[in-house]
Amino acid sequence: MEIDTDTAVEKRVIINNVMCLLTDPDGAPLGAPMYLPQNIGPQQLQLIVNQLLRNEEKLPYAFYISDEELLVPLETYLQKHKVSVEKALPIVCQPQAVFRIRPVSRCSATISGHGEAVLSVAFSPDGRQLASGSGDTTVRFWDLGTQTPMYTCTGHKNWVLCIEWSPDGKYLVSGSKSGELICWDPKTGKQSGNALIGHKKWITGISWEPVHLNAPCRRFVSASKDGDARIWDVSLKKCIVLSGHTLAVTCVKWGGDGVIYTGSQDCTIKVWETTQGKLIRELKGHAHWVNSLALSTEYVLRTGAFDHTGKHYSSAEEMQKVALERYKAMRGNAPERLVSGSDDFTMFLWEPFVDKHHKTRMTGHQQLVNHVYFSPDGQWIASASFDKSVKIWNGTTGKFVTAFRGHVGPVYRISWSADSRLLLSGSKDSTLKVWDIRTRKLKQDLPGHADEVFSVDWSPDGEKVASGGKDKVLKLWMG
Amino acid sequence: MPQGDYIERSIKENGRRLDYEERKRKKAAREVHKHSQKAQKTLGIKGKIIAKKNYAEKAQMKRTLAMHEESTSRRKADDNVQEGAVPAYLLDRENTARAKILSNTIKQKRKEKAGKWDVPLPKVRPVAEDEMFKVVRTGKRKTKQWKRMVTKATFVGPGFTRKPPKYERFIRPTGLRFTKAHVTHPELKCTFNLEIIGVKKNPNGPMYTSLGVITKGSIIEVNVSELGLVTPAGKVVWGKYAQVTNNPENDGCINAVLLV
Repeated sequence: MEIDTDTAVEKRVIINNVMCLLTDPDGAPLGAPMYLPQNIGPQQLQLIVNQLLRNEEKLPYAFYISDEELLVPLETYLQKHKVSVEKALPIVCQPQAVFRIRPVSRCSATISGHGEAVLSVAFSPDGRQLASGSGDTTVRFWDLGTQTPMYTCTGHKNWVLCIEWSPDGKYLVSGSKSGELICWDPKTGKQSGNALIGHKKWITGISWEPVHLNAPCRRFVSASKDGDARIWDVSLKKCIVLSGHTLAVTCVKWGGDGVIYTGSQDCTIKVWETTQGKLIRELKGHAHWVNSLALSTEYVLRTGAFDHTGKHYSSAEEMQKVALERYKAMRGNAPERLVSGSDDFTMFLWEPFVDKHHKTRMTGHQQLVNHVYFSPDGQWIASASFDKSVKIWNGTTGKFVTAFRGHVGPVYRISWSADSRLLLSGSKDSTLKVWDIRTRKLKQDLPGHADEVFSVDWSPDGEKVASGGKDKVLKLWMG
Repeated sequence: MPQGDYIERSIKENGRRLDYEERKRKKAAREVHKHSQKAQKTLGIKGKIIAKKNYAEKAQMKRTLAMHEESTSRRKADDNVQEGAVPAYLLDRENTARAKILSNTIKQKRKEKAGKWDVPLPKVRPVAEDEMFKVVRTGKRKTKQWKRMVTKATFVGPGFTRKPPKYERFIRPTGLRFTKAHVTHPELKCTFNLEIIGVKKNPNGPMYTSLGVITKGSIIEVNVSELGLVTPAGKVVWGKYAQVTNNPENDGCINAVLLV
């Protein structure tokens, strides 16, 4: 804007106005359609939205016009896309996480200790403890402060395939190749109770009951190759058998509404109710094994009452209340969404409480899909496949967003950072890669493992990443 | 063999002898000794048949005894823990063993400094020049003999253009030009069809190396990006050396062994 100081005549720059309608992610408008000048950008839009919603603290938002993020002033966007200014322009405002996680860049520790390949690593829901299960039949707890081993727990007779923390952080359950499950107390490293025997073949997945349904955490469900899933009660030592699948059950998830989803090699997903173990619904559609399931509220169910503030609660009722609030805030009014990845190279997005048929079919991968994961805010779905790519899809509609290429071997597991801005992937080519969702590019390459990486996990407080693989060492990465 | 039932009838009507049970019992007891006597005394093929039958019965009895002695309680460490642990999502899949980075970079650097390589074929038969080249007579009277045509397999790069025919001394016929080689990984024992990047060394001399002649024993550099190898620093390996193991001019293809 040039101002001719000599003549003191202001040259007016013509700023056009455009009619905009700000909506929230569910589609409800935040206010009436209004005229906004064309030279405003995302920062000014944030101020407007904060004022409209009367937020006390300035919350960050991301803006999307027809599924494309708005990063430049409106003017540039309108010119590029030649949008008509006759109609009101709908702008979707997506709330972003208040905290920002730093991307990890270096390996802070390589801890050896396991005698065989590390098969699974998991951080506790508050992010303070780390556990790993390995092919040498032990479960080990690691001290994050000194980055050294803390407890070595023996008791399994064969490889420890899956481990899972209870959402209140009080127990860790591990399942082995011989079909037994053992419950450990992370504070002492000792077994609590006897081994739970019942499955006839190896355990493929474990999932705890969410805290907001029942606190303290007592029940969990385990899936096995023998085709049934069992709901175990740790204190009563009872189990309910969910049988119905004809082939191995590959993954199991306990939903936030009190149902259990199981995906199996017989190409179906079954929905069960938890008090008696009856089958509610069967979701058919896949043409080959269902490899992995993910729920839109999964991250909240996993972390329970803990969040980025790191507050600890003393009583179980308090934890249950806080967890319920967090769950309600996460879910909103929309029904719970489920995504399933399969060997037939496609994924399906389901809304199990609405319809028996899938909502969207997500194709694009050229090899089987090994792991699917919703982002913690439920906005994105990430899928890791054996075709060496990681694809990002829209979390509500299932539309394809972008593909991350860079790995030279099949991608085995993925993990989101707690603010949903970064994605971590571990692959057979022994590297981990951190991808940025906003710029849709590779953020950081993390080489260092000597052999395949089998399992990765990002701690819920965002400070550390743990990875374990065939080279028998556990690596901790920090920002 | 009695024809009729008169024996049974008489037993039914008149009963048996008074000492029948005792005699029967004692005869059965003597059976064992009789059997043993027979087995010891019989000669020839009959003896052999009896011995064979006895042995089969003995083995069967031993088996039943062992079965009865097996206790019903499971013992510890029954299922042996196998090596090569894989996570649950890989358990039902057969994974082809893939190429790892097998040599240490420090060892590689040391070897390169020494100029010595551990090659599968350390010595090869030397190829004489008259075997390698064929003299081409040119000129109006076909008296000039300064041109040579290469009779062995060659590799010319993708951007290769011939020198003007009037001045080229070495002719490399297109029929003997190769771009791909069948490279075998020595540890995995699987063969891949990989592109040749260049000829690193021909054991018969530096002239042949510069011409790009590939004979048995020459070291070529191949493009291994499809194997998906990664160095410890995280970089992707895309070129590796391989040594040729056959005579390509006789077979029509280049077979090589990867140098790891």
